[in-house]
Amino acid sequence: MEWIQQLVNGISLGSIYALIALGYTMVYGIIKLINFAHGDVFMLGAFIGFFAIARWDMHFIPALLMAMILCAVIGVIIERVAYKRLRNATRIAALITAIGVSLLIEYTVIFFRGASPEAYPTVFASTSIEVLGVQIDTKSIFILTVSIVLMLLLQFIVHRTKIGKAMRAVSHDADAARLMGINVDNTISATFAIGSALAGAAGVIFGIYYTRIDPLMGVLPGLKAFVAAVLGGIGIIPGAMAGGLVLGVVETVVSALGFSLWRDAAAFVILILILILRPAGIFGKNAREKV
Amino acid sequence: MKNYKLKKFASIFLATSVLAGALAGCGADSGGSSSSNGGSSGSGNSASGDTIKIGANLELSGAVASYGSSIGDGATLAVEEINANGGINGKKIELIKVDNKSENSEATSAAIRLAEQEKVVAMIGPATSGNTVATVQIANQYKVPVVTASGTAPNVTENADGSINEFAFRTCFIDPFQGTVAANFATNELGAKNVAIFADNASDYAKGLAASFKETIEANGGKVVIEQAYVAKDVDFKSTLTNIKGANPDFIFIPGYYEEVGLIVKQARELGITAPLMGADGWDSPTLVDLAGKDALNNTFITNHYSSEDPDATIQKFVEAFKGKYNQAPNAFHALGYDTVYYLKDAIERAGDDVTGEMIKNMLAETKDLGLVTGTFTVDEKHNPVKSATVLEFKDGNQVFNSKVNP
Repeated sequence: MEWIQQLVNGISLGSIYALIALGYTMVYGIIKLINFAHGDVFMLGAFIGFFAIARWDMHFIPALLMAMILCAVIGVIIERVAYKRLRNATRIAALITAIGVSLLIEYTVIFFRGASPEAYPTVFASTSIEVLGVQIDTKSIFILTVSIVLMLLLQFIVHRTKIGKAMRAVSHDADAARLMGINVDNTISATFAIGSALAGAAGVIFGIYYTRIDPLMGVLPGLKAFVAAVLGGIGIIPGAMAGGLVLGVVETVVSALGFSLWRDAAAFVILILILILRPAGIFGKNAREKV
Repeated sequence: MKNYKLKKFASIFLATSVLAGALAGCGADSGGSSSSNGGSSGSGNSASGDTIKIGANLELSGAVASYGSSIGDGATLAVEEINANGGINGKKIELIKVDNKSENSEATSAAIRLAEQEKVVAMIGPATSGNTVATVQIANQYKVPVVTASGTAPNVTENADGSINEFAFRTCFIDPFQGTVAANFATNELGAKNVAIFADNASDYAKGLAASFKETIEANGGKVVIEQAYVAKDVDFKSTLTNIKGANPDFIFIPGYYEEVGLIVKQARELGITAPLMGADGWDSPTLVDLAGKDALNNTFITNHYSSEDPDATIQKFVEAFKGKYNQAPNAFHALGYDTVYYLKDAIERAGDDVTGEMIKNMLAETKDLGLVTGTFTVDEKHNPVKSATVLEFKDGNQVFNSKVNP
């Protein structure tokens, strides 16, 4: 029974990684940029959710929507201010800018509120259901449901809507898309908006599940989500979901085997192994198109 | 040609760095001698006129600002009381507070500033052990005693080779003592037999506590059924806690700081772990209650320096005075800051007219049976106060006085 419990623990952790990884992978898919500021948008989402719930007395769903909308706006601003003018620059220039933006966001937040952690208010009365000796928190079921709904929504947007079609076209060949009358700038902005909204949602979910948030909370989950995106095959949406879940479960298994001090190392060992053995990621081969 | 230029550049660089090194060496030497010139015949700074200057090198901002500012508030109250009662041997105390931003390097420069520019005769040291250790060298160099209110690591006063830092003192008990108290409490009060340890592997504080806890529990006939570790800043402890639950312990010792402990307690209860949990003074923060939730904290215990609910008369007098000034109940750091000033006052009083760093140091080391808020203590040969610890229990988010344990 202990193993089923560990699996439940791993999936809860993995669904948060997956949500952040989705944004990573979308941005990479469309402009080949590893957006290191993504983890910090996740952090901003957590804080917006915190203020919405604790200070302005909002309920969970309005707070989640508010964090998603504001993060979408922030994502677009970051793209317009920092990345747009670098579109034709070398990729290393864009990468370094992304790291700079990441540090700027982190330390701006620290400047305004200090580095001390904040405790998320209780939104749901957490009750545990016991199934076959396994304790499942109602909170983790709810959170998993929200994550899955958001992922399905994203799949729908990418494959069934006009803007999704434009994204797929731009990721395939931006110049050809422009010739076909697609507004490439707006499409890229939309990608940033959607990716950042998902990161914002992940921030609120993280806060509710793990309670503690602080201005540097985005760093490690951001890197883990990057590993998840590479693991699934960077640029591939189902790959990011799968990568996130696999990573969460692997970390949990490593802890369960008694190597809890190695769990962070395990994530990066996976990154190294996947880059050596299968650089395209798990889903790499089947991919015909990326977003 | 290129190669030649590179060599030339390298040799210039080398020469410059050697020169810089030599100059830095000189600088340190002259700094040392000028400080002893400043004091009276090499015995540190001395008090002049009608005031006695005491420095306070505290974490007023940064990561552990809540500790440092609490100590500062407690110390301020004590200084006001002493001055209102006529000062020390007729001289008033002047408290000079400096912010060390919770950083080692800032703590060192703050100590230099206090010793060299402000000419203080003694310093209240930083709140954390790491920051205090960073100032000990300065204290020895300028012969200005530094007394930390809450630096509990053994290496504050005692070096690795067993030698004592002459000018370093503290008002709190040391870490290993808390682990021993927790183990005795588990065996004697809760009847624990099979215990688990879940320790923060990133801090010497937690590792020291875990080691002394383990030693004592085994000496008491108990058994450590599982030992696990975590790293500071982790947020997900459920998988390790599932392991611990599988080992079925009847008591879990969790030495660490509130930021992680809050989450551990919450997640342990969510997994259905009902065994009593226990920690030490690192748990003492209102944020712990926010993180863990009031219900999860029931049936958990901590060892601490003092409890504001202790019925003892000295403590209640202090609590009243503190509430009168700050309108809140004092926590352990407030009490330790307050006590640190009285510990210094007692030593300076006995120093008589010879108020120098050297003399204060001797008097601090000779302190016997000094009755303070956080307990009555005598200083041992390692400059540590020997005093009792208080065990507190969380009930609906409040710390409730449980018992007092003597060393």
